[in-house]
Amino acid sequence: MFWRLVNGALFRQKGKMLMIAFTIALGASLATAMLNVMLDVGDKVNRELKTYGANINVIPKEASLLDDLYGVDEGSGVSDRYLQESEMGRLKTIFWAFNIVDFAPYLDAKIRMPESEDAIRLVGTWFANRLELPTGESLDTGIRNMKSWWTVDGEWLSDGDTDAAMVGRLLADRAGLSVGDRLSVSLGDKERNLTVKGIFDAGSEEDERVYVPLPIAQEMAGRAGLVTGVEVSALTTPDNELSRRAAQNPNSLSVKDWETWYCTAYVSAICYQIEEVLTDSVAKPIRQVAESEGAILEKTQLLMLLITVLSLAGAALGISNLVTASVMERSREIGLLKALGANNAPISWLVLTEILITGVIGGVIGYFVGLGFAQIIGQTVFDAAINIKPMVIPLVAILVFLVTLAGSIPSIRLLLSLRPAEVLHGR
Amino acid sequence: MSLLEIRGISKIYGNVNALRNVDMTVEQGEWLAVMGPSGSGKTTMMNIIGCMDKPSEGTVLLDGIDISTESARNLTSIRRDKIGLIFQQFHLINYLTALENVMVAQYYHSMPDEKEALQALDRVGLLARAKHLPSQLSGGEQQRVCIARALINYPMLVLADEPTGNLDEANEEIVLDIFRKLHEEGITIVVVTHDPEVAQEAQRTVILEHGRIARIVVNESGKGQEGE
Repeated sequence: MFWRLVNGALFRQKGKMLMIAFTIALGASLATAMLNVMLDVGDKVNRELKTYGANINVIPKEASLLDDLYGVDEGSGVSDRYLQESEMGRLKTIFWAFNIVDFAPYLDAKIRMPESEDAIRLVGTWFANRLELPTGESLDTGIRNMKSWWTVDGEWLSDGDTDAAMVGRLLADRAGLSVGDRLSVSLGDKERNLTVKGIFDAGSEEDERVYVPLPIAQEMAGRAGLVTGVEVSALTTPDNELSRRAAQNPNSLSVKDWETWYCTAYVSAICYQIEEVLTDSVAKPIRQVAESEGAILEKTQLLMLLITVLSLAGAALGISNLVTASVMERSREIGLLKALGANNAPISWLVLTEILITGVIGGVIGYFVGLGFAQIIGQTVFDAAINIKPMVIPLVAILVFLVTLAGSIPSIRLLLSLRPAEVLHGR
Repeated sequence: MSLLEIRGISKIYGNVNALRNVDMTVEQGEWLAVMGPSGSGKTTMMNIIGCMDKPSEGTVLLDGIDISTESARNLTSIRRDKIGLIFQQFHLINYLTALENVMVAQYYHSMPDEKEALQALDRVGLLARAKHLPSQLSGGEQQRVCIARALINYPMLVLADEPTGNLDEANEEIVLDIFRKLHEEGITIVVVTHDPEVAQEAQRTVILEHGRIARIVVNESGKGQEGE
């Protein structure tokens, strides 16, 4: 009998129920789309931001001290402290290894060129080096991914090149170099002839430099197996009060706070973990990059959350109006049921069941429409598909349930206040 | 002990005194009619007797229970167990068949029993129309479904509000005939009506005017008596 009553109400009021289902579907679709995008946008935005370079710089401890005390750039060649190239694979063994997207060790050296009176900075680095990790996996990493905004005439170097170089645009123009030219460089008594394989435009001081594969720089500088530093591009969580405290002194944290901080992908936590694996190293966040990444991500997610909340609030209002109208329309029927001996609880349950069934139908439709919306947003904004997050299903289910319930509260209150004498006899 | 005993009840809606100091009793198995012009307090009295409203003052004892002080929840329970309601507008649920309309009352009382519901429809001569929707029934048939619904839970008191108000003469006679049978079976009936012919069928007629009992007419085989 209960289901007969539910069924009858659903079909008799199908216009109104369709409107309720549509309202719920709209809310659920926006919630689904926004939650999927929100949960995926972190990676998407981070990856997008990773194209603007490294956010952590790792240098030897003493070089860092010179920098801190005298403002001497670690790349000036004044320090004779280095990191071990062989330890680079350890970067992918830290707790947040998965968040280390790319890294490139570099070795700086001051060289001389016949075309220039001043010393030129030679940078040996990885371009897209195949690295066999201690975990047994392999990884291609280097500046080719990290400096994706460089515009290159000619081509990128490969790590196996033994006599090739990439020259910055400003230096190339000053020295009259073009792609394919031979370039003679000297460091102390060592001299090498390199072919200009590419001329890059970085839009920064890097345009004054010469880039070569790391082994060439190591051989010229006589620093086999050593690097001056490492640029690391990592996915990070926006800083908060805890991470700021930890950045100043991790040892000042309580055990619980320390664990929370260590197990969250704060840039300071990742720096700390890098220092743990690279001998005598200091990892420093490139603050501007790290902070703006965090801020952009935080604001984007907040925007998504606001849209979700507003869409659900709108749906709740819509449901509230429609269900209240439905209850008012059915006041005689509800009054009759009360007159026949039905208490408030079974009548409320009857109306709630009708609305929840409508909510389930609307929610399921809304979920699938929302997946479509998410893909449209993904393609339009990030030019990539949004990964469907299974956890959105229970989230949307709970939200739809709560919104439907919240939207039904005014109508349930109205229903409870209905007195059979008033609705049946107009008194 | 009387089945229904009303002692000095008044009902005030804002500035309106719908009932003023009304005393009345209904004996077990009695057929009582309540008559009066519009606004005389008939419907208010029916609502109070039917546990759908409470008096502002006074006491109403139904089967020994003071329903003037019971909570709304208890009143619902008393109404469900002891009272069968018949309405002028029938108030059938239009998406349920005649049978299902009867079974709704069973559902909220105890357990739906199709066989018993069919017997109730048979009792009012509507077995053949059990699977029809209200829209497929005449006014008289709808009222008979309403009567079957009122009787399905074996109430102590059948409370009918203008049961023939929307019926033609032929259907009125059918409904009155059902009432006569119910009375013969010993069911207590209170009928609120405008129609003197319907009231004449009852053993006593209480006439309300301006919320007071103007007089009580006893209709016993032409031995009608009048009193305050």
